[in-house]
Amino acid sequence: MASIAPVATSRRWRKPPLIRNPLVRWVTVIGALTYLVLAIQSVTVNPERLARGIQRGQRILAAFLQPDFVSRWSDIQAGILESLTMTVIATVIGIIISIPIGFGAARNLAPLPIYLFCRALITLSRTFQEVIIAIVFVVMFGFGPFAGVCTLVFATVGFLSKLLAEDIEEIDPAQVEAIRATGASWLKLVTYAVLPQVSPRLVGLGIYRFDINLRESAVVGIVGAGGIGATLQTAFNRYDYDVASAILIVIIVLVMATELISGVVRARLQ
Amino acid sequence: MPVRQIDDRKLWQRYDTATRLRLWGGWIGTTLVVFVCWQVISGATRWEFVADAPQQLSQFIGRMFPPRWGYLNELWLPLWDTLNIATLGTLLGLGIAFPLSFLAAQNTTPHPLVRYVALLIIVVSRSVNSLIWALLLVAIIGPGVLAGIFAIGLRSIGFMGKLFYESIEETSREPVEAITATGASPLQVLSYSILPQVLPSFAGVSIFRWDINIREATVVGLVGAGGIGLNLNASVNALQWSQVGMIFIVIFVVVLFSEWVSARVRQAII
Repeated sequence: MASIAPVATSRRWRKPPLIRNPLVRWVTVIGALTYLVLAIQSVTVNPERLARGIQRGQRILAAFLQPDFVSRWSDIQAGILESLTMTVIATVIGIIISIPIGFGAARNLAPLPIYLFCRALITLSRTFQEVIIAIVFVVMFGFGPFAGVCTLVFATVGFLSKLLAEDIEEIDPAQVEAIRATGASWLKLVTYAVLPQVSPRLVGLGIYRFDINLRESAVVGIVGAGGIGATLQTAFNRYDYDVASAILIVIIVLVMATELISGVVRARLQ
Repeated sequence: MPVRQIDDRKLWQRYDTATRLRLWGGWIGTTLVVFVCWQVISGATRWEFVADAPQQLSQFIGRMFPPRWGYLNELWLPLWDTLNIATLGTLLGLGIAFPLSFLAAQNTTPHPLVRYVALLIIVVSRSVNSLIWALLLVAIIGPGVLAGIFAIGLRSIGFMGKLFYESIEETSREPVEAITATGASPLQVLSYSILPQVLPSFAGVSIFRWDINIREATVVGLVGAGGIGLNLNASVNALQWSQVGMIFIVIFVVVLFSEWVSARVRQAII
């Protein structure tokens, strides 16, 4: 009987690694490990506080199972209504402003100075987190929902204009040429050649931004810019965890509902 | 095609009468909603504070600039904390979102019931803003970097989990059938047929989320969860606007840098 030759180990198939170059791979791995060790060492953990935290965590969890909607319902209602109105206004104004800014930030439509200005505005808006922008607007306009609206408008413009500009830069140039050949003005060119190509996605993105604005409107209140955030923070600071859990549940349900609706609307538009 | 008969001429219209009525109804309804919302916001606003906003802004900028450059030396440590909050938070989110997404994807889930639980976790994590997670965690485990890491991590689960399971659902069936035909166990099928297909997109999403998390990590300190937000909060409360200006500059540079890094890495992966 012929003996079966052992399979040569060098012929065995191996999964190809994610990073092909071995030098880059090892440098990345070692660098990442070094960073991880340093980073984890810098995290200070206070075991005594953590032990107390477990108790408090249990109380919070218990409060979540029995949320108190009743005792502060008028505050919750007012906060939620304010958040919702802020979201509606900010989304509508944001879309209206982001259209000209988006056109200005598209390299194939705008002259260089306007392009640079609009891009700078977008970068500024996208770099800072909403809450930081809210601090500035609260200083400018005083406490209240108006500062929150301005914050959300500013953030919406950064988000929508960037995506709109990228969309415009990728449009089919044939239609632009066709309209231009009829001797149309710049405005007509935009209306008949550019807008029809980008408006379906713009509407979809606008609805998507509505979701994001609702989520953000729940936190700008922490720095005094209106909405449910202030009520939530007060509830936490007073250890009213059952009220806080009620607010959180209302926020989650509201966000889920709008996400569901906006998903259906966006699916029907496309 | 909607064509209307006027006398004996045929007139082409873009929409038929019912659609046009519905469109008009939609526009009027939206305008009404916006108007009512505006009334609410305007009622809650002190307009005399808004009127002097340009003055306030110029004063504000005058106080912020020139920024206190010397303050930069006190910002290195908070900056390192911010970076750690974002990175470790992303890793935490990745660690939970990775298995969760396989439970949530239609083609890899062990049971529909498990799928719904996984989807619920993803939705809840997404609907709660990281700042609210931070509020909650500061109450449980106390102020500090650890609360920030957990807050960022918990918020990232939803974002990454959703994009992960969508990309798992988009994988091709053929490699799965091929590997199954060799008699591989379910885990082997996962690691040899599905994982290679989704790994690049997983890596891209994680880097993208890390970039977002850097931005979020700059504000979790406002509620006490560590990082540069702590300094921002302290400086705002102490009306030290030249320090606030310095912090804004630092945040701007760091966020732009992280965006550049993430764009470069994603380009290299895809």
